[in-house]
Amino acid sequence: MTTAGAVARAKATAVPASETLPWLISAVLVGLALYYVVGIDQGAVSVLGDTTVLHELVHDARHFLGFPCH
Amino acid sequence: MEARSFVLRGVVAGAVAGLVAWVFALLFAEPQVEAAIAYEEGRGEAEEALATAAGAVPAGGAEEEVVSRGVQATIGLGVGMVAIGIALGLLFAVVYTLLHGRVALRPRVLALVVAGAGFLTIYATPFVKYPASPPAVGSDETIGDRTALYLVMVIGSLLFLVAAVAVARLVRGRIGTWNAVLVGGVVYVALSAVLTTVLPGLGELTINAVENGPRVSETPLPLRDASGAILYPGFDADVLYHFRVASFAAQALLWGVLGLAFGALVERRLAKGEVGERTPETSAA
Repeated sequence: MTTAGAVARAKATAVPASETLPWLISAVLVGLALYYVVGIDQGAVSVLGDTTVLHELVHDARHFLGFPCH
Repeated sequence: MEARSFVLRGVVAGAVAGLVAWVFALLFAEPQVEAAIAYEEGRGEAEEALATAAGAVPAGGAEEEVVSRGVQATIGLGVGMVAIGIALGLLFAVVYTLLHGRVALRPRVLALVVAGAGFLTIYATPFVKYPASPPAVGSDETIGDRTALYLVMVIGSLLFLVAAVAVARLVRGRIGTWNAVLVGGVVYVALSAVLTTVLPGLGELTINAVENGPRVSETPLPLRDASGAILYPGFDADVLYHFRVASFAAQALLWGVLGLAFGALVERRLAKGEVGERTPETSAA
């Protein structure tokens, strides 16, 4: 770690966690939810109801992105 | 810069990456998907004819289309690609925020490193064991098992990379950065090799093994009559190959554009901050 790095580290931690954490936590939650909806829901398991509209809409993307599909 | 700036730039870069991957998929995925669906339909007819000949009552009419093929192959594909781009952009931004200012790399280099790590763990390593498959390759009955096994590969790869980085940091002081990265790479490959060896191939899942004997994959075999004569061919190997190469390339493109666009956006913001109000992070580069 260089001196510049150490300075940067000190300054990075200067941002209060109370401002950073809500953004990071929501980003993780929304990111995982989207990943789940595009890749998995209405397939093996479903939280968005018993229809397959969403599954069929993103069907080609799901195959192409490498997710298991029917 | 604070977390908010990084997260918003992650969304923008992810959406752009998704759009680029969408165009790529329109050109290189859809021809293979169409060929796979044509195979699936032809095979369905051949199976029905075989069942009718054997005296079975034909199954009810064709499945009703919930979303037309035209929509699936264009808008649906785009919605899926952009949504996954935003999803990965968000997760990417979180990891980037945690590392920014803590490693001695300028932002655009760090962004590419994080994007490379995402590609390696979330797509490329699982692909080695369970590669992307077009329609017709993959049995309805095993969707639960296949989803669980795929997620085990994704989560395992992420944990292995964390372990590899931890080992590399531990030995870096003694053997230097170059050798520490090599050691980390060996740790990652070794752990991944163990997991891919331990997990079953899709053809080894009980339902498939009972039907066809143990095989590596679920790729359809030729349809045969009682005498063993082929009534309908197995899945076209070339279609499968082209689909998988295109899938791999699209993910590399998605992660590459995400890393490059995010790095450029962050460096532009930092440069602006240097000219205007002085933000402390400008020294992080």
